[in-house]
Amino acid sequence: MRMGSALIYIGHKSVRLAVLLIALCAITFWLVSQSPIDPVQAYVGADMMRVGPEQRAEIAEYWGLNAPPLERFVRWGSAVVHGDFGTSMIFRRPVIDVIQERFTASLVLMGAAWVFSGVLGFVLGIIAGARQGTWIDRLIKCYCLTLASTPAFWLGLLLLIVFAVWLGWAPVGLGVPMGVPADEVTLGDHLRHMILPAVTLSIIGVANVALHTRQKLVNVLASDYVLFARAKGESEPAILWRHGMRNVALPAITLQFASLSELFGGSVLAEQVFSYPGLGQATVAAGLRGDVPLLLGAVIFSALFVFTGNLLADIIYRFVDPRIRLGGSV
Amino acid sequence: MSYTDTTINQSHISQLPRLNRRQITVLVMAIAAALLLGVVIGGFLLSNEKLMTNFEERSLSPSIEHPFGTDWLGRDMFARSLKGLTVSLGVGMLASTVSVFFALTLGLAAATMGRTVDGAVTWLVDIFLGLPHIVVLILIAFAMGGGTRGVIIAVAITHWPSLARVIRAEVLQLRTSEYVQLSRRLGRSRWWIATRHLLPHLVPQLLVGLVLLFPHAILHEAAITFLGFGLSPHQPAVGVILSESMRHLSTGQWWLALFPGLSLLVMVRAFDALGDNLRLLIDPHTAQE
Repeated sequence: MRMGSALIYIGHKSVRLAVLLIALCAITFWLVSQSPIDPVQAYVGADMMRVGPEQRAEIAEYWGLNAPPLERFVRWGSAVVHGDFGTSMIFRRPVIDVIQERFTASLVLMGAAWVFSGVLGFVLGIIAGARQGTWIDRLIKCYCLTLASTPAFWLGLLLLIVFAVWLGWAPVGLGVPMGVPADEVTLGDHLRHMILPAVTLSIIGVANVALHTRQKLVNVLASDYVLFARAKGESEPAILWRHGMRNVALPAITLQFASLSELFGGSVLAEQVFSYPGLGQATVAAGLRGDVPLLLGAVIFSALFVFTGNLLADIIYRFVDPRIRLGGSV
Repeated sequence: MSYTDTTINQSHISQLPRLNRRQITVLVMAIAAALLLGVVIGGFLLSNEKLMTNFEERSLSPSIEHPFGTDWLGRDMFARSLKGLTVSLGVGMLASTVSVFFALTLGLAAATMGRTVDGAVTWLVDIFLGLPHIVVLILIAFAMGGGTRGVIIAVAITHWPSLARVIRAEVLQLRTSEYVQLSRRLGRSRWWIATRHLLPHLVPQLLVGLVLLFPHAILHEAAITFLGFGLSPHQPAVGVILSESMRHLSTGQWWLALFPGLSLLVMVRAFDALGDNLRLLIDPHTAQE
């Protein structure tokens, strides 16, 4: 029964997300087609002087740029449904290949930051909440609130200056060492190049979950059942473990999933600072250089990423939390 | 970071000894106003001479004469940062005002104009929130062809969704409240109810929304400019300054990045704190803490 309702809920939610995604594609396509950036010019680039009007017309014809917008959208949409996102003008490769490669790199980066910021933020939140009102609480709060106002790319720049330029501990950028053939790049190289961007994202990502966890824990510790537990003579660590953690952990995980949108936004900036070859950097390049197919593909995949996070957060919130689960069936 | 998330830190600052929330708010307001005035007046008084290139003073580290140092063209970084902040403030104010207007219109429409409109607005909010904010900014800036205009429009039309949600919820709650119901039974017109009952509740919300959107707008303007979509490279916006500084990182000119970013951070933090305190103050649950 419960399993069934869960499936129905997820199905319902997925349909809604799919419709949202289609609407989003339409709006994105419309927006992109409004751009004054001439796609033919963007395609030809610096060779513009050597391309005559006839050639321009031919290029436009080749890419199907002369068709009315609706027809282009339908054609693009049906191709996308078949898994064909077109060819990236910058990379001269199928968009889907570019995205697959870039998104994998981004996912590794974001995954590391996600786990690290989640754990660190949770721990900081617990410490601040358990020691509410003390200097350490104030310190953590001040740290988090300041981080919330910090431009991610600026933080990245500072880390780059300190750890790459001054101390020389980390490489200055890129995803792999320069001048090394692709098949000789080791896992260690990948990791070394990922550390600084991941740390940047983690430091920024800590704020939200820490403040949230702190507030939740403060509420829990002020509750009647904790008062009762204290009256029974339970020790503070036991109270923290049995009442605090259990109540606070799930909201924190839910929040982490729901904040994938901000994580992606941060990774766009971090990737740009560190020249990390991820999807964010590809999105920026596509936008700057008028690579419409790649931009459309990147938008869709970033939306899918955020939707997945929200869906998971919803599922956790609804079906994993025992209180809400029981509350729902009564 | 978003408008709603700030409810998390309900009691921050309240633990500082002696001062109550009202006093703290006034204090923060004074700091924010002083910063704002300083930047505006400073930017206004700033002679263009300071922004000129001066090859005799290239790449100087911070000193008393040049507190933020100079860049590779001998331009004073303090002057450039100040100028950059005025640009950011202008864009931020314009963008947050437009966003609040959007949020009010759409929030009100969703709450009062029936289920179809409500559904449409909710959809629009979901679509906007379904994409990472930066990606939306890139898309819109791209659609507008970049430039200052593109950035302002992009920042202005992307910051309303969370505030629109808040307003919608607020109005829905107000509409079912007893005094509004009573007022309606007494035959008051919709307009009367809207201006006498709803608006007084919404104005503080909108003001706080405005103050809280402002730092976000500045941050996003800086971010999108940093990525290269926004203001032209000739305008000393903070984003432009920071993206230029990247080219000079490896030569160890740390001051090019540190100070402009830090001044942006201070500005954003001051207005964030102001908005938070105002919000806690107008909320009857927390006003007396």
